[in-house]
Amino acid sequence: MKKKQKIILIRILITAAMLILLNLIPVTGILRLALFLAVYLVIGYDILKKAGRGILNRKVFDENFLMAVATIGAFALAIYDRSGDYNEAIAVMLFYQIGELFQSLAVQKSRRNISELMDLRPDYANLETDGTLVKTDPEEVAVGSTIVVQPGERIPIDGVILEGTSALNTSALTGESLPRDVHEGMEAVSGCINLTGVLKIRTTKEFGESTVSRILELVQDSGSRKSRSEQFISRFARVYTPAVCIGALALAVLPSLIRLIAGLPAQWDVWIYRALTFLVISCPCALVISIPLSFFAGIGGAGREGILVKGSNYLEMLSKVKTVVFDKTGTLTKGVFQVTNIHHGTLPDAQLIEYAALAECASSHPVSLSLKRAYGKEPDRTRVDRIREYSGKGVVAVVDGKEIAAGNFRLMEDLGIAYQECHSQGTIVHLSIDREYAGHIVISDVVKPDSAKAIKELRELGIHKIVMLTGDNLKTAEQVARELRVDQVYSDLLPADKVEKMEQLIGEGTLAFAGDGINDAPVLTRADIGIAMGAMGSDAAIEAADVVLMDDDPVKLPRAIRISRKCMRIVYQNIVFALLIKVLCLALSAFGVADMWYAIFADVGVMVLAVLNAIRALRVRGL
Amino acid sequence: MKKTYNIEVDCANCANLMEEASNKVNGVVKATVNFMALRMSVEFEEGADTKAVMKEVLKACRKAEPDCEIEL
Repeated sequence: MKKKQKIILIRILITAAMLILLNLIPVTGILRLALFLAVYLVIGYDILKKAGRGILNRKVFDENFLMAVATIGAFALAIYDRSGDYNEAIAVMLFYQIGELFQSLAVQKSRRNISELMDLRPDYANLETDGTLVKTDPEEVAVGSTIVVQPGERIPIDGVILEGTSALNTSALTGESLPRDVHEGMEAVSGCINLTGVLKIRTTKEFGESTVSRILELVQDSGSRKSRSEQFISRFARVYTPAVCIGALALAVLPSLIRLIAGLPAQWDVWIYRALTFLVISCPCALVISIPLSFFAGIGGAGREGILVKGSNYLEMLSKVKTVVFDKTGTLTKGVFQVTNIHHGTLPDAQLIEYAALAECASSHPVSLSLKRAYGKEPDRTRVDRIREYSGKGVVAVVDGKEIAAGNFRLMEDLGIAYQECHSQGTIVHLSIDREYAGHIVISDVVKPDSAKAIKELRELGIHKIVMLTGDNLKTAEQVARELRVDQVYSDLLPADKVEKMEQLIGEGTLAFAGDGINDAPVLTRADIGIAMGAMGSDAAIEAADVVLMDDDPVKLPRAIRISRKCMRIVYQNIVFALLIKVLCLALSAFGVADMWYAIFADVGVMVLAVLNAIRALRVRGL
Repeated sequence: MKKTYNIEVDCANCANLMEEASNKVNGVVKATVNFMALRMSVEFEEGADTKAVMKEVLKACRKAEPDCEIEL
């Protein structure tokens, strides 16, 4: 508890104790008034001060003003009536302060809850200088320095692993609890926790440019973009408070005047009391605090699961998504080309791949690289001789004294070799050995294991239209689309065409675009909501997107939508609930059914319930 | 140019008041106060002296809400 909160708590306790005491000892007259006034000042002096200052600054209508007028009025009425019942005024102040304290504790708790979980900031880096380790402020480590990360420490700066193997806990970045194995030559992303082995890392970025800093910045700035609901509430509060003040004034004066004119007793005290009750009920705190708190909790909860939302406006929009457009490569598919099939082979598969990998050993074409990966070993170049490359067709080389040709159908036609056509999607590498056809290897991008599940879940969320855009050819695109049950496919698109397609699709309800952030930054920006996937280490994606999914699992997308919907549900619940209760109680007080005790319970009670409801948005596990 | 500052303020409505007041200061294009994160981001006019502008912003905020603090 902070010092301010402690002071208020002490004041609340003193007031409560004194109030009980004063009701037990029989003091009367002026002494009684003085004692009650003293207690009133203990609990309410700061409110009175703030209200007074508000009047001086000509900013009259705030909740301090409401409370000050209501309690002073209640005191005045008690003096006028000679009832000696000053409890009401103090109770109103007391409960108001209890409510405020509760609210400030709740806000503080959720603030800490979120910052703890997003507490990625590394305190130091072990900088290696002249063979010794020096603990250094991460901001002072230059690019290209060597740092050492011990097991249990957080990687402070992005870099490449020079020495050591270990497992990294990436959960703070991705929400993924499975450790990631890393070894020499791999990238080390800052923010991950080193679990098992000592790692020596050469930094490739400054601290300020590293993943961890960028994420921190993004999270901290997320609240600066306000949602429509929040804007509605702050506009509402601006109009609402003056309106209820005028309403209360009218309630205090008009009925009595009308009664006077009608020749009835005016009953000033009755109507003024009702007006004061009206004022107490009308305090807008429940709305003003619970709506931003809900969004804050929702964004914080999502962040914990590796879903970074850049502002509450995006959370609001995410909940209304009607169309989802996916980029294919890297988003729904792995974006890595793999040998997926071997057809019509005359030799064992391993042998064919070995020949193909050896023949292509000099090339760095993606197809050759995937053949080498499938081969699994470093090709022994001494077995290869006389390599001739045919651009756009393939390679002919002599391997182990046999002439191997590896390439597309054009190469086979040029060499006059009869080949088998292939009906699979992807890139086909035909092989011949000594001018004899030996079969073909199919290389294609593979669909991510969870893509189909993600799309199914999106449909269950009532998203009617799922579109896929790709630069690939129609055949490949259609095959993937069929497999994943996508509604519409647009293939053979250049990056500029994707933006154009996006513009045609926009306008039929809120549209979200999900891409891997490579080459599609313009599309991410153009969509109503741009969602970048697999952003660990990709700056461009973090920059251009509105929502960043830290790992590249497409199932995170329906999850993000469910989280946003839960948050919006809570926001609407709070708006409707708070307004309904307020309006109901205002009406009751105007007709004299509710007295000031009801009023303060209505005000504080609604606020407490709304705040508790708002904090619920933090819980997103299992959604 | 855009800069972000840590702030100290007690209630959500007070944060709104700070935001309103800051937006009226000369040299500020747009100020946003995030009560939950206790941060204020200010977009300055081209060529504005950020330190001088922030002093004015703090003054304006204090007037609207005396209990506030901006870490400059």
